[in-house]
Amino acid sequence: MPEKTQNINRIEHFVADLEETPLQTTDQLNEQAAPLSLWAEAWKNLRRQPLFIVSALLILLVLVVALLPGLFTHTDPTQCELINSNEGPSAGHPLGFTLQGCDVYARVILGTQASLTVGVFSTIGVLIIGGTMGAVAGYYGGWIDAVLARLGDTFFALPLILGAIVINSLPFIRENRSAWTVVGILVTLGWPQIARITRGAVIEVRNADFVIAAQSLGVSRGKALLTHVIPNSLSPVIVIATVSLGIYIVAEATLSFLGIGLPGSVMSWGNDISAAQTSLRNNPSTLLWPALALSITVLSFIMLGDAVRDALDPKARKR
Amino acid sequence: MSTDKISIDPTGTSDGGTDSIRLDKAARPVSITEAGGDERLPLLEIRDLAITFSTGSGDVHAVRNANLTVMPAETVAIVGESGSGKSTTALAAIGLLPSNGRVSGGQIMFDGEDLTRAGGKRIVELRGRSIGMVPQDPMSNLNPVWKIGYQVKETLKANNLARKDINKQVAEVLADAGLPDAARRAKQYPHEFSGGMRQRALIAIGLSCSPRLLIADEPTSALDVTVQRQILDHLATMTSELNTAVLLITHDLGLAAERAEKVVVMYKGQVVESGPALDILRNPQHPYTQRLVASAPSLASRRIQSTRAAGKESPEELAPDTAAVAKAEDVIQVRNLSKIYKLRGGLGKSTDFKAVDDVSFDIKRGTTLAVVGESGSGKSTVAKMVLNLEKPSAGNIVFDGVDLASLDRKSLFDFRRRVQPIFQDPYGSLDPMYNIYRTIEEPLRVHKIGDKKSREVKVRELLDQVALPASSMQRFPNELSGGQRQRVAIARALALDPEVVICDEAVSALDVLVQAQILNLLADLQSELGLTYLFITHDLAVVRQIADHVCVMENGKIVETGTTDNVFEAPAKQYTRDLLDAIPGSRLAVA
Repeated sequence: MPEKTQNINRIEHFVADLEETPLQTTDQLNEQAAPLSLWAEAWKNLRRQPLFIVSALLILLVLVVALLPGLFTHTDPTQCELINSNEGPSAGHPLGFTLQGCDVYARVILGTQASLTVGVFSTIGVLIIGGTMGAVAGYYGGWIDAVLARLGDTFFALPLILGAIVINSLPFIRENRSAWTVVGILVTLGWPQIARITRGAVIEVRNADFVIAAQSLGVSRGKALLTHVIPNSLSPVIVIATVSLGIYIVAEATLSFLGIGLPGSVMSWGNDISAAQTSLRNNPSTLLWPALALSITVLSFIMLGDAVRDALDPKARKR
Repeated sequence: MSTDKISIDPTGTSDGGTDSIRLDKAARPVSITEAGGDERLPLLEIRDLAITFSTGSGDVHAVRNANLTVMPAETVAIVGESGSGKSTTALAAIGLLPSNGRVSGGQIMFDGEDLTRAGGKRIVELRGRSIGMVPQDPMSNLNPVWKIGYQVKETLKANNLARKDINKQVAEVLADAGLPDAARRAKQYPHEFSGGMRQRALIAIGLSCSPRLLIADEPTSALDVTVQRQILDHLATMTSELNTAVLLITHDLGLAAERAEKVVVMYKGQVVESGPALDILRNPQHPYTQRLVASAPSLASRRIQSTRAAGKESPEELAPDTAAVAKAEDVIQVRNLSKIYKLRGGLGKSTDFKAVDDVSFDIKRGTTLAVVGESGSGKSTVAKMVLNLEKPSAGNIVFDGVDLASLDRKSLFDFRRRVQPIFQDPYGSLDPMYNIYRTIEEPLRVHKIGDKKSREVKVRELLDQVALPASSMQRFPNELSGGQRQRVAIARALALDPEVVICDEAVSALDVLVQAQILNLLADLQSELGLTYLFITHDLAVVRQIADHVCVMENGKIVETGTTDNVFEAPAKQYTRDLLDAIPGSRLAVA
C-alpha cells in the first residue's frame, strides 16, 4: 500500500518555538498575589456592582435616618393642629400635613425607626431560630429531621395574617402590643423558611470531604457542625435573610395597615398609610410619602440581596 | 480476551518498525467518494486559531496560534493538561463555545468552509450531520427525564434522517454502538444504564447521523479502564466502518498514542508539538512533551526511590531492605472484613448488598499496600473502615495490636492521631473558609499540642516538607491549584506525626506532571518519616510506582494479592490480566 505509507509520511512533526511557548515550573504558586478569602473575593466582586452601590447607599441613608432622626427634622410630629388639616406644603413643612394636621415629613422621618426595628429584629430572630432548627435537622438527619420538618411545616401552613390575628388575640399579647410583639409574630410565622434553606445548605456541606477529614482528625461531630459545616452553609442563608428583611418591613406595614400590627400610638409607615386611607381622594400625598419611603427601603434591601447572591453564587465563581 | 481491535501493521508507519502498533484501519478505502471529499484536502483545518474569554478580571486568551489538521477518516488526538485549551479548541470547531468566549483570530476550515464566518444557522446544519460530538461525562449528558430511545430519535429527526420505521432505526443505531438487546434498552431511562452503557448511548447519538468528523471530548475519562478499552475499541471499529474522522481529546498521552495516528500536544493554550503518534512518544522534541513523556506513568516504570535517600549506590542497597521489611511488624492486620449495606426495597423490605466480602490483609510498618479495583469494588469502603469512619459488619481490624472495635472514646481520639487520611478530591477536602495556616494548624489545636508559637513553627516545618513556600500560609484553598491543595492536605495529614496514612485515590484527580510530583513527595516522606501507606486507587500504573504490595479487589472480594513485582510480571488471575491489558498505552513499546 504505497499510497497509505505516503499518507502517513505526510504527517509532519511540528515543534513550537521554545521562545513562544516558554515552559513554566510545574504547579508554581504565584507568591505576588494578595491572599484572598472567599469573603474577601465576594467583597471584591460586590463593590464593583452598581446594584450594590446604589442599594448600599440607600440603606445607609435609611439607617442614619432611623438612628439619628434629629438630624433631619425638629418638628414634633405629635404636635398636630387641626387648623393645618390636609394643608399643602409650607415653609418648614415640605410635605404638607395629614388629616389630623400633623407634619408628613416629620412623621415619615420618625416612622423609619419602628419599621426598621421590626425588619432588623425579625430577621435576627428568624435567623437564630430557623438557622438553628435547620442546621440541626440537616446535620443529624433521621428522626430529629423528621420531627423538626413536620414542626416547621405546621408553622409554614399558617397564613401570615390569620396567624397574626390569632396571636394578637392572646390576652398577654393584646395587653402589651408594641414593636416587640410584632417581631414575635413575624419570627413565629417566619422561621420555617430560613430553616428550610439552612437545612438544604447543611445537607449539601455535611458530606463534603473536609468535614470527614475534620472528623478523622478527631474533631467531634458537634464541633464539626459549628466550625466547618455552618460557616460553609451561610451564603444562601445570608442572601435569603437580606431579601426577607425587606419583606418583614412590608409585613409590618401590612399588619399595621390592618390594625393588627403596631399599636396606633407608635409612629410607623404602616400606621400612616392606614390613616391616610380616609383622605386618599382629597389629599393623596399623605399616602404617597410614607408609601414611597416604604417602597424605596424594601426595594434597596431586595436589590442588596440580589447583589449579594451574585457575589456569593458558587456557580459564578471560578474554581 | 484476544478480541483486540488493534493489530500489528508493519506497513503503517514511516520508520517501518515491526514493533509498532496502530489501529486497524487497513480496511478503510483510500479514496473518499463523498461529495467534495478529496483525500488530499484536509477535512478540518484550524489555522492560527485564537480564542478569548471575557471574564470579570479582563480578557483571558485561552487559545493562541493553534494549528491542526484532520484528514478525512483520520484519528487525531489533542493531548494536554487541564486548562491547556484542548477542549476549547474542539468546542470552537462545533460552535459551542461558552457565551463569554469568542474566536478572536484565525480560521476553522471544515471541508473548505470557514466556520468562524458561518452563521448560527449553518453551524446548526453542520452539527450532527457533518460534525458529531461525544461529550465527556456520560452521567450528566443524557437528559434523565427522557428515554434513551427518544434521545436518539431526537437527533435523527433534527437532522431529517428519520426513516418511517424510526423505532427500528433507533434500535439499529444503538445496537451498532454495542448495546445488547437494543430494542428493549431504547425504552429505558438513563438511570437504568451503567456508566459504560450511557457512554455507548452517547456514542450512538454522536454517530447516528454518520458525521464526517466526530469530536470525542475525553469520552472515557469517567469510566473504568476495562470499560474504557471496550468503548474505545468499539468506537474505532465504528468510525473506520463509517469513514469518520475522529478528533479525540484526552489528557492521557498513552491513550492518545495508542488510538490516534496523529497527536497534537497543547500547553497553556498553545500547540507545542504535533506529529505522528509514535514519533512524538519516542522522540519528543519540545521540553514540555519531553516532560510529559517522562512522567507518564506506565507499566514499565518502577517503584519510585526516594531522591532524598538516593545516596546509596549498589543495587542491593537500592532495593528496599528486604530483610528489614520482612522483620518489620504488621502495623495493620485486617481479618475477614465484611460490610453489608441494606438497600431499601418496597414496604419495609430490604436486600443486603455486600460491599466488602471477607477481606483480609496485613500492612507491614514502613511499606505501602495498594488496594486496586474498579468502581464499585469496595476499595473505598475498606479505607473508611480502616479509618474507623464506618463500622464493619463482620471481621476485625487490628491496629498495632489493638482491635479497633474495642476502642472507647478516649482511645479512639488517640487512634485518630496515628492514622490520617488523604482524599481524592483536592477541591473538596479543604474547608474553603479556612486559610492554609488554620487548615494545617487545626489538628494540632484539636489535639492541644503546643502553644500558639510552637504550632506556627510546626506549620512552617510542614509546609517546607511538602515544598510549599511559607508565604502560602495566609492563602485560601480557592487560590491554589489542585496539586497545591493536595500538598496542603498532605501537610495536614502529617501534622500529628501519624504512623499510617490512608490515601484514597489521592492522585487520581491530578494532571500527569503534578501527579508525578506528588507521588515523588509521598515516596520522599515515606523514607524520611517511616510512614506506612494504604493506597486506594483504580490506576495500576500508579500502583507500580508507589506500592510494595498489591491487593486486587473485584466485587468486594480480594482476587489476587502479592508483591507488586509478582502481580505485575506474573498475574495469576484473569481479572488482573484484563486490568493490566486495559491500561492505555500498555502495549506500546516505547524504547
